[in-house]
Amino acid sequence: MSNISRAFENGKAFIPFITCGDPDLETTKKIVHEAVSNGADLIELGIPFSDPTAEGPVIQEANERALKGGVTTDLIFDMVKELRKDITIPLVFMTYANVVYSYGPEKFMTKCKETGIDGIILPDLPFEEKEEFDPVCKKYGVDLISLIAPTSKNRAAKIAKNAEGFLYIVSSLGVTGTRDVIDSDLGPIIKTVRENTRIPCAVGFGISTPEQAAKMAGISDGAIVGSAIIKIIKEYGRDAAPHVGEYIKSMKNAL
Amino acid sequence: MSTKKGRFGEHGGQYIPETLMNAVIELEEAYERYKNDPQFEAELAQLFNEYAGRPSRLYFAEKMTKDLGGARIYLKREDLNHTGSHKINNVLGQALLAKKMGKTRLIAETGAGQHGVATATAAALFGMECVVFMGEEDTKRQALNVYRMRLLGAEVIPVKTGTATLKDAVSEAMREWTRRISDTHYCLGSVMGPHPFPTIVRDFQSVISKEIKAQMLEMTGHLPDAVIACVGGGSNAMGSFYHFIEDKNVRLIGCEAAGRGVDTFETAATIATGRSGIFHGMKSYFCQDEFGQIAPVYSISAGLDYPGIGPEHAWLHDTGRAEYVPVTDEEAVCAFEYLSRTEGIIPAIESAHAVAHATKIAKDFDKDSSIVITISGRGDKDCAAIARYRGEDINE
Repeated sequence: MSNISRAFENGKAFIPFITCGDPDLETTKKIVHEAVSNGADLIELGIPFSDPTAEGPVIQEANERALKGGVTTDLIFDMVKELRKDITIPLVFMTYANVVYSYGPEKFMTKCKETGIDGIILPDLPFEEKEEFDPVCKKYGVDLISLIAPTSKNRAAKIAKNAEGFLYIVSSLGVTGTRDVIDSDLGPIIKTVRENTRIPCAVGFGISTPEQAAKMAGISDGAIVGSAIIKIIKEYGRDAAPHVGEYIKSMKNAL
Repeated sequence: MSTKKGRFGEHGGQYIPETLMNAVIELEEAYERYKNDPQFEAELAQLFNEYAGRPSRLYFAEKMTKDLGGARIYLKREDLNHTGSHKINNVLGQALLAKKMGKTRLIAETGAGQHGVATATAAALFGMECVVFMGEEDTKRQALNVYRMRLLGAEVIPVKTGTATLKDAVSEAMREWTRRISDTHYCLGSVMGPHPFPTIVRDFQSVISKEIKAQMLEMTGHLPDAVIACVGGGSNAMGSFYHFIEDKNVRLIGCEAAGRGVDTFETAATIATGRSGIFHGMKSYFCQDEFGQIAPVYSISAGLDYPGIGPEHAWLHDTGRAEYVPVTDEEAVCAFEYLSRTEGIIPAIESAHAVAHATKIAKDFDKDSSIVITISGRGDKDCAAIARYRGEDINE
């Protein structure tokens, strides 16, 4: 059983996303600690990429800030190692295929295993290209997390059947970023998921308010929030940790 | 060519968000359905001939030949096409395909503005809505083309992220496509991106080499000894090479933009300085740092200012079938001036990279041999920038 399943044992899961190194890795560490003590069930740690094509402007800018600050894949592995001294909840990376490919998939997954990363989300690696990393992920016990979108239609069943860790349900069309209204009908997709797999699914993209989180977690097993947290980090910079903690508490309480 | 669907050796593939997967599958199915459909072929041929002005001329550059003192030089005049570049070939094909698919809106990225102008033109012709993404830096370098696109009814969106050049325009067009898929076709401008784009764009551009072959045989009775074209993403080069790939005696030479030199950071020469990577939907060669961050590349030419190269070129490089050489800004500018003075033809600064390399190697060929240079576009759009490069400030 994947370590990730533990994130879904505590009621509906709240999953925050943080870009590592925005504004610096010390702040990222503080934010992770605050997130855990305020109820985060699993954390997505973003390894910044120069050209994040699935992100809206908020996370694009966070990537730019982090890279300008000098963060690298190696420094992020060092940070995870530090975090693992007292953080026990599941941690997954969210980054782009080239970051893993360029580092060397074997070396990358070895380090994931050594430092305690449980899974990885690559938004530019669809089902058809999974083979690029799947064998090496399996070898090192890192769950390669699949995404299902409102446009997946006939693809949803096969993606769900082969999914590991948890399924990331993309709430709506477009890139990441907060939305006033999420009006996609995710019911049929989640029904297909349930028919094809027993692993949990969480909804992300566009969620920022407790009401949206409650609604999305209500039809799935959890809610994923990125841009809304990144906005707080942008506003408070190095002092962001307690503010992020407070926000996460309000979101987790709403689930 | 490819061993696996959408692959050229190890290159190619479909590294895109799940949200776009059904859109590219639908595109591939439509393309497979129409590519050999006589009705589609006839409509496209009519557009090529009557609207774009094909076939483009193959011109024997006699003065250049004499001056260089080696191979006979022929110029494939894609600059004489409607809209002033080879880009119209691909755009007419994709717009016709999009129309058959029931799409009513075209989006596109553009670097120099040539592909944006071509897309805006096709959209006007087909009565489709059109949005073009262009790096903010490029909207300044190519202000005239921005106006042309607007004149044709397109909306031009300046992209401010990253280096505000072609790669950022591609990223933003991909983002826009994930936002709005049902009525929108992403009219990608080069032999790059996720499958089936590299194949579709190559097929529509391959009319260039098909014509070169027929024209050379008619004019000289022989195939050329070399075909030279500039390479950014690589669509005019792929189109110029394609029908010669099996003719092993024809050297295929792609000219990359070296910017200020391949030993500087201000370069866009992907084969010379890049390594294997995954970006913009494809596996290919990319300029990148040790952690896989895409490099902020540079070239005087907005159309070649891209950190990657199409996957089929990467494969032609791997197999040794084509050669790729870097050409600097300075060499390209000299060639821009040289062709203007020698033959009275002002080439696009992109195409001037190919001219530059031809001037270097022509004398190594004997007098009976022949070189075809693809003049992918006309240079009017570049005059103000080249004047500035030479220290002269003129208003466009």
